[in-house]
Amino acid sequence: MCNQSVGLIQRQVEYAGITTVSISLLREITEKTRPPRALFVPFPLGYPLGEPNNVALQTRIIRAAFALLPRNDCPVLESFTL
Amino acid sequence: MARMEDVEFKERLFLKGYPFKHYSPRPGDPVANAVTPLQKPLSACKVALITTAGLSLPDQAPFDLTIRNGDSSFREIPSDISPQLLEMNQRSWSFDQTGILRDRNLALPLDRLREMQERGEIGALAPHCYSFMGSIVGPARLMKESAPEVARRLQADGVDVALLTPV
Repeated sequence: MCNQSVGLIQRQVEYAGITTVSISLLREITEKTRPPRALFVPFPLGYPLGEPNNVALQTRIIRAAFALLPRNDCPVLESFTL
Repeated sequence: MARMEDVEFKERLFLKGYPFKHYSPRPGDPVANAVTPLQKPLSACKVALITTAGLSLPDQAPFDLTIRNGDSSFREIPSDISPQLLEMNQRSWSFDQTGILRDRNLALPLDRLREMQERGEIGALAPHCYSFMGSIVGPARLMKESAPEVARRLQADGVDVALLTPV
């Protein structure tokens, strides 16, 4: 349900004139909710940025998500590769 | 990787029957189909974080786990706090909470964004970030009230970019 909630919030924020990107943990749900831009990550539920205290991995994921911000061919759903 | 098979059988059955279509973007819906192009380089953007991890500060009311359709309220988190101060209230036990309890940055990466600000990768971390509790089965109030209210507050803070994280 979290993935749907994120998509619904994200659309309102994008509508308000703010460019948005989200992390997706369940590709199937994100394909249904279709937020403007999302990065699917291969981690368990509860681990959207990979691993606790892994600064390098968390930073890489955030950068990969930010790399989708210039895309306007929405909905954008890309996969993060380790 | 999280797959639908990882979700508990009871929840998977629920998700299978859940009317996602009802809340999917429909043609002609201006909110659902809105696209805001990035107006400037990220290094000049003010960036906010939004999570559905159910995080709140000790002096804020915790999320209400008893509301049948889910608590659609939000908590405003000042961005200059230490993330480990945050408490987590989650109705959903369909995910492992131990990672976030070890490091709140896993869901609300305040420290990572501050580092990116120091390196000049982003313009600035916005003054406020926002936390919801994600297991909102009946999202009508979320869509009509709390999400638009957060969007207005982000606008008021002059936010250019938002990063959203589920759990």
